[in-house]
Amino acid sequence: MSAREAILGKVRKALDASGNAGRLDNVWDRLMEAPAGIIPTRAQLDPEARVELFCRMATQAAATVARVAGEEVVPAAVTAYLRARNLPAKVRMGGDRRLKAMPWVNERTLQVRHGPSDGDDEASVSHAAAAIAETGTLALFSGKDNPTTLNFLPDRHSVVVDAADIGGDLESVMRLARARYGKGEMPRTLNFITGPSRSGDIEQKLLLGAHGPRALHIIVVDG
Amino acid sequence: MLITSPAFKQNAHEALADAQLQKAMGHVRSGFIDKRSHAVEALPEFDALRDSARAIKDHTLANLDLYLTAYEEKVLAAGGKVHWAETAAEARGIVLDICRMHDAKTVAKGKSMITEEIELNDFLEASGIRPVETDLGEYIIQLRGEHPSHIIAPAVHLNKEQVEADFRRVHTDLPPERDLSDPASLLGEARRVLRQKYFEADIGITGANFLVAETGSSIIVTNEGNGDLSQILPRVHVVIASIEKVVPTLEDAAQILRVLARSATGQEMSVYTTVSTGPRRPNDPDGPDEYHVILLDNGRSSMLGTEFQEMLRCIRCGACMNHCPVYHAVGGHAYGWVYPGPMGAVLTPSLIGVDKAGHLPNASTFCGRCESVCPMKIPLPKMMRHWREREWERGLNPTAARTGLKFWAWFARRPALYHLATWLAFPLLAVAGGRKRRFGFLPLAGGWVRHRDMPAPQGRTFMQQWRDRDALKQGSPL
Repeated sequence: MSAREAILGKVRKALDASGNAGRLDNVWDRLMEAPAGIIPTRAQLDPEARVELFCRMATQAAATVARVAGEEVVPAAVTAYLRARNLPAKVRMGGDRRLKAMPWVNERTLQVRHGPSDGDDEASVSHAAAAIAETGTLALFSGKDNPTTLNFLPDRHSVVVDAADIGGDLESVMRLARARYGKGEMPRTLNFITGPSRSGDIEQKLLLGAHGPRALHIIVVDG
Repeated sequence: MLITSPAFKQNAHEALADAQLQKAMGHVRSGFIDKRSHAVEALPEFDALRDSARAIKDHTLANLDLYLTAYEEKVLAAGGKVHWAETAAEARGIVLDICRMHDAKTVAKGKSMITEEIELNDFLEASGIRPVETDLGEYIIQLRGEHPSHIIAPAVHLNKEQVEADFRRVHTDLPPERDLSDPASLLGEARRVLRQKYFEADIGITGANFLVAETGSSIIVTNEGNGDLSQILPRVHVVIASIEKVVPTLEDAAQILRVLARSATGQEMSVYTTVSTGPRRPNDPDGPDEYHVILLDNGRSSMLGTEFQEMLRCIRCGACMNHCPVYHAVGGHAYGWVYPGPMGAVLTPSLIGVDKAGHLPNASTFCGRCESVCPMKIPLPKMMRHWREREWERGLNPTAARTGLKFWAWFARRPALYHLATWLAFPLLAVAGGRKRRFGFLPLAGGWVRHRDMPAPQGRTFMQQWRDRDALKQGSPL
């Protein structure tokens, strides 16, 4: 008998699962319907209040947040962020079409490289698929134009998110994933990111920049 | 790993006398409790979410066979592989096979209690494969040849001076005059040293906080980002998870996530919650080429359908130990195996046997704080009591304890005699207590009075006072 059969056999025996028909229907319904449970009222807000809550919660999680008027000013916002911290004007980004459509050429001093990170990038830029006001969390899907390494290897991670894509709760991202990839399907990686990397492993003292980015900068695009 | 649970009493004595440990445990008492309570206060729905989370796990456990097969089907459909392991040895064998298949020399590991349970590191080393722990706390204790003393803060028993000494001992290629007095410099050094390891590793191993049946995904919840680097840089990602980690849907995972981070570290949400499904897709620029899941039983199925089934709801947040006065006093290593604190006192006898771990469910004052903070509302004290009953039934208690309890039971079942005796003894003891009204010496209770005095009884007995109270109630016009 294989380990699989042995384990499932023991489970079935322990559960006394002889009458299977009703159980199977229950399980199937639950998997198909994916009922939402309790959604905190905190983020059930009108769109503008939701964006404000997102910015507040992200800041509380030690991210920095900038709100800009439109996509066309994002490259300037990235340059300004790097310059204000005396960092080299160099970023790595994927081929995300929303990022590509932005006027990076206007930033003459900014060197933009594309593709996944090899570990030598100081700063990266990603576009979030969505964000969650409830906790100030970003949601990033992996894919051809969205390398996951950009979220973890560079010291400073800047993430662009459209204000219109900021939902109230975690469940809004689950719905988005179903709409985008199909029911029960997922991209290789969905990263929920809430603030920069940290560790409290030495004497419970919270320190930023453990293995992932030391700083997380969020650019919220209105309009 | 040598199981020292049978020597719990000796371990506890040594822990109480260990000045470094006692200093470090102060951080647990002051840190975790306040952070959790602030996070809970900030979410009015917290308690309702606990009920929701409990119901999800109860439903899943009642249909565990069906959810496991549904999950397996989705993993396969996403291009992953599923391996089933009944025992720790089988799980280790599967890991080794995967390593051999890829001619692996180095394995990068995200933090995983299940790999502690199956003692994977020792096994890999003996097989000529180098496991590298990448979580900061796990890295530190790996350097020291120790095991975690806490399920989410593995190095919580250490002070920064000890970590500095270990880094100086091991990182010998770095300048000896460097300043490591600040925890931030220790973190920086670990970051630089470990960064290279992710790239060198042939295989990345992580645990899982959840397995999602709806999508075939595994979810890890971390703060450092090491679990992510461990799974996206090596060519192969291996997930090791015990069978009770499965939940039906993404929505169900979302419910439990809301109580997990708050209970563990007092965060609204941990920094990284990562949902991984299968290997990289054909056009993906990064991510692992292979994705394996090892589903481990190792004693879980034997808990189903017993009075210990509810323990399988545990999501390993650590809140029970953070709030436990016994854990605060002796730390995690005294418990003598992988899982310490109240959850360990219930789980350890299930997994290694009550004959070896019988002291653990006895090392409780039954104050009930663990149950009151448990996000999954697991009745931990009740289950410790079940273990005490089993221990009794199997005759594992020492003779003195059995005789004493038998005598007390005989006495307590004869209320008239019992009341008479207490009625006689009370005034005598009150006088014997002297002017200080306490005893510094008691026959047969030397251990108890060594550290404090026993107050002498004063006034009337409890039963007398109870009768007075009843009489008063009946006499009153209420």
